[in-house]
Amino acid sequence: MSNEPLEGIGLVSADLSDTSGDIAYIDTETRLRLYRKMYECRVLEQRAYDLFMQNLVKGTSHLALGQEAVAAGFGIAMRHDDYTFCTYRGHNHTYVRGVSMSAILGELMGRECGLLRGKGGSMHLTSVEHGAMGSYAIIGAHLPVAAGAAWSAQYRGTQQVAVCFFGDGTTNIGAFHEALNFAVIWKLPVVFVCENNLYMEYTPIEAVTAVKNPAADRAAAYGLEPILIDGNDVDVVYETAGAALSRARKGDGPSLIEAQTYRHGGHSRADPGKYRPDEELKAWLARDPIPMYRERLVSLGIDEEALEAIESESDTAIDAATEEARNSPPPPVDIAHIDVWADGSASWRN
Amino acid sequence: MAELTYREAVGEAIAQEMRRDTNVVFLGEDVAAAGGVFKTTTGLLDEFGPDRVKDTPISEQAIIGAAMGASMTGLRPIAEIMFSDFFAVCWDLVANQIAKTRYMTDGQCSFPLVLRSANGGGSRFGAQHSQSVENWAMAIPGLKVVAPSTAADVKGLLAASVRDPDPVMFFEQKSLYAVKGEVPEGEHVEPLGVATILRPGTDVTIAALAAMVPRALKAAETLQEEHGVSAEVVDVRCLVPLDTRTILESVSRTGRFMTVEENPRLCGWGAELASIVAEELFWDLDGPIVRVTTPHIPLPSADALEDAVLPSPQRIVENVKRLVD
Repeated sequence: MSNEPLEGIGLVSADLSDTSGDIAYIDTETRLRLYRKMYECRVLEQRAYDLFMQNLVKGTSHLALGQEAVAAGFGIAMRHDDYTFCTYRGHNHTYVRGVSMSAILGELMGRECGLLRGKGGSMHLTSVEHGAMGSYAIIGAHLPVAAGAAWSAQYRGTQQVAVCFFGDGTTNIGAFHEALNFAVIWKLPVVFVCENNLYMEYTPIEAVTAVKNPAADRAAAYGLEPILIDGNDVDVVYETAGAALSRARKGDGPSLIEAQTYRHGGHSRADPGKYRPDEELKAWLARDPIPMYRERLVSLGIDEEALEAIESESDTAIDAATEEARNSPPPPVDIAHIDVWADGSASWRN
Repeated sequence: MAELTYREAVGEAIAQEMRRDTNVVFLGEDVAAAGGVFKTTTGLLDEFGPDRVKDTPISEQAIIGAAMGASMTGLRPIAEIMFSDFFAVCWDLVANQIAKTRYMTDGQCSFPLVLRSANGGGSRFGAQHSQSVENWAMAIPGLKVVAPSTAADVKGLLAASVRDPDPVMFFEQKSLYAVKGEVPEGEHVEPLGVATILRPGTDVTIAALAAMVPRALKAAETLQEEHGVSAEVVDVRCLVPLDTRTILESVSRTGRFMTVEENPRLCGWGAELASIVAEELFWDLDGPIVRVTTPHIPLPSADALEDAVLPSPQRIVENVKRLVD
């Protein structure tokens, strides 16, 4: 593991030469898939933002603009039956498992075509059929839940892995500690992924955390290797994901990965993110994972036309999804009164 | 029939369900090798092995979270929280995650799990190991709530809770663990959501739960023998689903209604029942609805103090007398 900071940013990169992941090298087809997923995530989140501005999305929403490499890198590396557990900043993590753009936008807009028919909203996107086991909006809650799904996979012998995404702020809540310790002692097939975007909400994570790297510096407390990666480099994320998934699948237990990244916008709809120093913002925008990856692909000799095709297909797809969601009616009011219980009812008395 | 303690019936029910279904797994603090701090689960590790009967660290959020994650992916976990007061440290997982997620996901997930816990007072443990918290659970949409009063019901209702497709909070009253009772041998399952009339009567309906049931029965005996008052005692057994039909039918005959609750006064389960009876049977009532509860205080430790504040048969008798006089 190298700890050399990347120039100007203070990032460190993972040296993956000592891991033997699922992936020895990344082929062109995979790289195009990675690019496509990142690009699609970008247009999806950008559209979600635009729809807020038009007041078509109510309530709140937490965008992951700028953090697409983490979602795409893992999304492509995961097996179709692996489990994703994510947070309220989970549109991308849900999308990369195969959920449609219209189902996500429809849910944000409270429409019948929404993924949860408007019963969950932006913070609770879930699609069990795609292995997206929920977006959890109370900090830390889903870490032990992911450990439980991993326990179930271990018990059933399915070699499924649970991947649990959370923010840097989560490392300071008790459930983080409980889940990490628990996952290690039971050697569970779970990968904990801390997306360190430098801010817990409005407050810099370094101002409220005892260690510099909130997840990686704590790995040793659980007998885990510290893994600190450039979360804006989708190749690095993809390879790290492959190695951690492989380790879990082989029965070698959990991993804790800290992926350093940056949120292009504020914490939520209400937050313009003005507390961030201009220089910092500028430096990170220059490391936008999407143009950065595009440049790399072109330098590797990938035909730009293939990239342009991905871009124009994604642009078309998001427009079509927006139209579908806009044209979808509100959900029927009677669904507010169903599905508290497994029999479909909400009845508590006879 | 076999004579078992309430404590033994817990282990018997878990064993019955684990033999029947290999997806049933059991976890908690000190539950496997040590057999539970109340010795309710002795022998389960030997019979079912360490893959199915698992000791955990003192990590209530991890315990409940693990049960949730396992239940949404094919298992039927039984999780033990040693004392029900400790639900306070993992209540997010119970109240926000387990209870709400089925609804929020438009019915995509189910959570067939049981959260067992030793509940209630009478053991001189002081305020942080003695509270009756069944009303906490009752206030959360999405949780079923069971609190048995006899060894037979422990076996039958715990088995039904394990088989239920929804999350069940199963409150074992710790002062009842040593009480013996007749328990059906072989497979025994009692449906959830059915209250039972344990003693028929004509003058007043007394609804009680868990440790308050034997106290209500004792009071009914005294009322009959010393005061000629015929009290009907209903064991509520489940707060959710709530068998209002049995209770309303009973009150419609007796014309008087009393609840005996161990939980602290405010928003205790009896308040909900009182409101239902008032709303639906007001014109059949011959007097006010009376609630006998623990006062709205944390429980004290000393035996003299704890005995003075938990509802006693004597307090029940006095309140019934006031009601019928």
